[in-house]
Amino acid sequence: MGFLAATGRAFLVFLEATGRLAMFTGSALSHCVRPPFYPRQILRQMIDIGYYSLPVVGLTALFTGMVLALQSYSGFSRFQAEGAIATVVVLSVTRELGPVLAGLMVAGRIGAAMAAEIGTMRVTEQIDALSTLSTNPFKYLVAPRLLAGLTMLPILVVVADIIGVFGGFLVGVYRLDFNASSYINRTWEFLQPIDVISGLVKAAVFGFLIALMGCYHGYHSKGGAQGVGAATTNAVVSASILILVWNYLITGLFFSTK
Amino acid sequence: MPLPTIAPKIALSGVHKSFGSKRVLNGVDLEVGKGESLVVIGGSGTGKSVMLKSILGLLQPDSGSIRVDGEETTRLRPREREKLLHKFGMLFQGAALFDSLTVWENVAFGLIQGEHMPRAQAKEIAIAKLGAVGLTPDVAELSPSELSGGMQKRVGLARAIADEPEIIFFDEPTTGLDPIMADVINELIVQCVKDLGATAVTITHDMASARKIADRVAMIYQGRIIWTGHARDIDQSGNAHVDQFVHGRAEGPIKMQIRAL
Repeated sequence: MGFLAATGRAFLVFLEATGRLAMFTGSALSHCVRPPFYPRQILRQMIDIGYYSLPVVGLTALFTGMVLALQSYSGFSRFQAEGAIATVVVLSVTRELGPVLAGLMVAGRIGAAMAAEIGTMRVTEQIDALSTLSTNPFKYLVAPRLLAGLTMLPILVVVADIIGVFGGFLVGVYRLDFNASSYINRTWEFLQPIDVISGLVKAAVFGFLIALMGCYHGYHSKGGAQGVGAATTNAVVSASILILVWNYLITGLFFSTK
Repeated sequence: MPLPTIAPKIALSGVHKSFGSKRVLNGVDLEVGKGESLVVIGGSGTGKSVMLKSILGLLQPDSGSIRVDGEETTRLRPREREKLLHKFGMLFQGAALFDSLTVWENVAFGLIQGEHMPRAQAKEIAIAKLGAVGLTPDVAELSPSELSGGMQKRVGLARAIADEPEIIFFDEPTTGLDPIMADVINELIVQCVKDLGATAVTITHDMASARKIADRVAMIYQGRIIWTGHARDIDQSGNAHVDQFVHGRAEGPIKMQIRAL
């Protein structure tokens, strides 16, 4: 009986959390499209997410592109397929590694910051203060972050794609002695618009998920410093897992032949 | 001294609120007259803050009625609630200033966001309100984290009175302040409430503050109002609970609350 009761309780807690998240998401989305809007807040979040994430996303993409070229060379040379390296690099970066790694890095950077900021505002009653000043916290805090995440991640991923491919190019030309123009030709040869577009769709979804998790966990944090710490951890972990799950689902949607 | 009139500004009747199995408000009945300054005293964890937050609609009571200007507010829609909250100002216990904004932007927040006033005009009003709480204009450009606790309280007070609310709530206005600064804040509260002609509800466990601010005092204990009366009658309340609280004695009918709410 104890086991059954424990299972049931865990299941109920899970259902409650799911329902709460669904209601939070629905309410947040409805506030994204209804006025008043807060352009200053949206701009601030866009700069935070888009501009200040550039260094970390750029470095991640650069070294990912470089290591891809290096790894595929050591693998492909075993069956004399070195010519495919440029194609492998550009497809891997645009379809998968660009959006996923940028998403994970931004989840660590931005998701954590959002949860900590909103969580601190919750425990210091700043969110209650917003309400008493006739300002809806969903409109003022949550909606700008969701919109900024949704729009900025694709832009970051375009940058990551370019830098990642450039990283592969650097290693290919300067370390593996490919001819520069033929490497570039190879890069373009098999690249199709859908490869890039699917990556950008992923990026938009990831950006939304990162902001949603940051806001949700921050908004529901309680109990002082410890509660804010827990909210921060939960925001990053749940955003990372959701990114990986949705990455699989979206890939299936775009590229499954069955 | 204003007495509770026929049509009270705020009227609570039979308000209940529980968190899980913990009953916090257990049938609160309370009336606050227009222009009156009511102080609600009570120990930590007796439901004072929950009562204020229920009136503001930050918490939804389980049952009972809360009327503001005779209008039932417990089942308001978000948009109507936002409108109603224009009547209210609140000074939070920790001041709850927005730390991403400067001092003047904090004070002007309700004017800019709530009433869509141009920023330049709102800034002028903000600086005037800062003056009303004894702060000079050079404080306006600082960030709240650069201010001491007492100064933050003043800014919080300026923000609460900025859009000239009809009703102001003070949540433990003197907690965490030294006795001199506490008295300064008390004086400012009395002055601001008088200037605005506002209705004020203060919750506190600081008796010096209560005596200074209150027209009328109500004592909350175990989620219920157990005594109300004029501030001058507080020493002859004839209620053992009130006596124990007013004189700060460990021995008496009130037992200490262990769990936080």
